[in-house]
Amino acid sequence: MIRIIAGRELRSLFLSPLAWSVLAVVQVIMAYIFLVRMELFFQLQPRLAGTSIGVTDIVVTYLYDNAAVVLMLIVPLLTMRLVSEERRSRTLTLLFSAPVSMTEIILGKYLGIMVFLLAMMGLMSLMPLSLLIWGNLDLGKFAACLLGLTLLLASFASLGLFISTLTVQPTIAAVGTFGALLLLWVLDWKGDSGGGTGSVLAYLSLLHHYVSLLQGMFSSRDVIYYLLFSVTFIVLSIQRLDGQRLQH
Amino acid sequence: MERATLVSVEHLSRDYGGIRAVDDVSFELVRGEILGFLGPNGAGKTTTMQIISGNLAPSTGRVTINGIDILDNPKAAKAHIGYLPEQPPLYRELTVDEYLMYCARLNRIPAAECRAAVAVAKQRCGLLEVGRRLIDHLSKGFRQRVGIAQAIIHAPAVVILDEPTVGLDPIQIREIRNLIRELGRDHSVILSTHILPEVQSLCNRVQIINKGALVLNDTIEGLRRRMQASSLVVALRQAPTMDELRAVTGAQDIESLGEGRFRVHYKPEDDPAEALVAQAVRHGWGLHELTPERMSLEEIFVDITRTEQVPGHGPSGSTEEAA
Repeated sequence: MIRIIAGRELRSLFLSPLAWSVLAVVQVIMAYIFLVRMELFFQLQPRLAGTSIGVTDIVVTYLYDNAAVVLMLIVPLLTMRLVSEERRSRTLTLLFSAPVSMTEIILGKYLGIMVFLLAMMGLMSLMPLSLLIWGNLDLGKFAACLLGLTLLLASFASLGLFISTLTVQPTIAAVGTFGALLLLWVLDWKGDSGGGTGSVLAYLSLLHHYVSLLQGMFSSRDVIYYLLFSVTFIVLSIQRLDGQRLQH
Repeated sequence: MERATLVSVEHLSRDYGGIRAVDDVSFELVRGEILGFLGPNGAGKTTTMQIISGNLAPSTGRVTINGIDILDNPKAAKAHIGYLPEQPPLYRELTVDEYLMYCARLNRIPAAECRAAVAVAKQRCGLLEVGRRLIDHLSKGFRQRVGIAQAIIHAPAVVILDEPTVGLDPIQIREIRNLIRELGRDHSVILSTHILPEVQSLCNRVQIINKGALVLNDTIEGLRRRMQASSLVVALRQAPTMDELRAVTGAQDIESLGEGRFRVHYKPEDDPAEALVAQAVRHGWGLHELTPERMSLEEIFVDITRTEQVPGHGPSGSTEEAA
């Protein structure tokens, strides 16, 4: 059942020009960043001989670091319609009257958007993979980058989905999601130095955990943070959808 | 086919922030029945239907579908319901085939049988020619039919239709009515509408809801009895005096409408028409018009829904108080 709902979600996404333009825009921006960094790498290459810094650090890590920011801008546009649009065009009734549980509805929608986001990431990842042609891509670090971005997208999507259940207006969902993501992103700018609140805020920041994954430092703490984040907002979305039948 | 109770609604109430939209509504629906659900705008029709279909939770009360409580076991109960809301829930970017296929899968029809189920629903709703068209490009009438097709695709025991003929042209209305009549044979149908003749021509039973409370629950025969004539209009060329007329007809009351026309009110059991004609011939009154006046469903409806004070109402049988 989750697959059927996810399938419909994907189909509708690809039937709208939004998905295609998002894919194109992201690809163009990422390709530009990739090329700029490749050029930088070629300039630096003579000086890097003998150090442990390679193309992965200069190009790939940087690419994924920036991808996170670009996707933070893009994901709200994709998640905004998930529930709010259905509520506005009254199609949510179809799901509510069918023998489908709220959990299945939410998981179906989440799966649908995740498949799309992962496809986008897959397209983007073809660029670093092309480095394999001349053969010195650090696959371990690359895998850490992929894992980091996947977890990050999972968190973005769950927050976007939740905010989309709160409103009937897709635009408000988009603005809300973007604001929330940005706030969570900059939360650690306060810095670790003060201890106390500073370190708590840093721990809550989405960026904080991403950076350590990008640097190839795989820590289960970071992975658990993202998983907890996603699960929390998925559960909240289910609760919200269920609660909608109760009060108005 | 056994006359099993398919829908049972017990003491249903629903509040919207202090306003009671539905107030202690109880009724039952048996297999093969078409129930007309009438009421002025804002009376609570849609709310009641949303609750029965599981889209809204009631504040108090119980709804069971085919013996399954919709709150305790929503998935199993919803499998027996097809619901067409006021605005059909259509994904406009899909074609009719894609949409119905999705609905079939959503209603847990096994993958192998989906195609057949879609074909049957399309055939019943007259959608065979538009299967490949985008829903967005269809006319309102066709969209409404797609909405009905969606509601019946899994052959549910209960079909709930919220104003299915609103905004359609007369030919489409006729087609949809035929479809509903056909549905009534092997499903139970709850039909909400504003159009009173529709109820008379389609339904076995009528329920009128006003200000959230059920004020009438009667079979269509019972309603016909209520609508029986209780007055006649006669037109006479050489009219006698009112007293003469009264003596002849034994009527309760006679009012003059001018130019030799009179309205004669009488008790249902003694129809004065025959006596009146005989007397008119004997005295040469020049009778040239005799029309029994019937109370229309519309008048009953207005009569009932205008009544401010509504006494109690039962879950079944007729309620005599309001008329």
